[in-house]
Amino acid sequence: MQDTVKLHFDVSGNDFTCAGEASGKIKRTLKQLGFDISLVRNVAIAVYEAEINMVIHADGGVIDVDIDSDCITVVLKDRGPGIPDIELAMKEGYSTAPENVRMLGFGAGMGLPNIKKYTDEMNIDTVIGVGTTITLKVYNK
Amino acid sequence: MKVKELVEILDGSVIFGEDYLDRDVFKACGSDMMSDVLAFVKEQAVLLTGLVNPQVVRTAEMMDIQCIVFVRGKNPDISIINLAEDREIPLISTNLEMFTSCGRLYEHGLRGGSGV
Ligand SMILES: Nc1ncnc2c1ncn2[C@@H]1O[C@H](COP(=O)(O)OP(=O)(O)O)[C@@H](O)[C@H]1O
Ligand SMILES: [Mg+2]
Repeated sequence: MQDTVKLHFDVSGNDFTCAGEASGKIKRTLKQLGFDISLVRNVAIAVYEAEINMVIHADGGVIDVDIDSDCITVVLKDRGPGIPDIELAMKEGYSTAPENVRMLGFGAGMGLPNIKKYTDEMNIDTVIGVGTTITLKVYNK
Repeated sequence: MKVKELVEILDGSVIFGEDYLDRDVFKACGSDMMSDVLAFVKEQAVLLTGLVNPQVVRTAEMMDIQCIVFVRGKNPDISIINLAEDREIPLISTNLEMFTSCGRLYEHGLRGGSGV
């Protein structure tokens, strides 16, 4: 693979049914490009959790993916409320998700910890009232 | 364990995936919280859940889960079945509750992620 493959997705907010559509496409693209199955899965799980967060906490956003042979970079950008305390949000079990989200199988407060676990680098850039940008990197070792 | 054996053990019915009944499953997880499922990768696993929505299929997709079992007689709607068809993930339904379903599969040798 010589050139960077770029993917772009618009994720609509409050559409829980379609949440994960982008992550699935990213996963299938990486698979087609021949990346190792566990790398593909790590990227897919991390992006899926972040995409779900985008839908349930931030009313949607955009996802940009740069695929290089040695590194997958995913940037998820939303115009949601922002995260007031990142350290707290990163704690396992911490969640502000309402009961209706919990009924759907999310809101266990494991999303951000899962994202960290499955990626090599994770950066959260957030401004209250403006939005959140999460940048993920997974290296192809 | 083959998916078709699993269907028998659970007195289950195949909602979708007659073509995939010869798949092997080696591990199992049972949960209604998808983030808990996403927290631990298991190779060739079956997912048992009482939750019925498209995110169950998407979670299975991300995790490379081989088969989904809906417990307590729950049945997915057509949009969920269509998604599972597209992602090539067989769907099973059983009237047994979660505890009993897991117990039966454990009895027949399936284990969780840690292998115990
Ligand atoms: N994109 C986001 N915009 C605003 N808040 C967020 C975002 N992502 C996460 N959060 C906040 O961080 C908390 C923890 O996130 P996470 O670990 O994914 O757990 P959960 O989504 O289950 O609540 C959320 O409950 C929410 O308060
Ligand atoms: Mg989350």
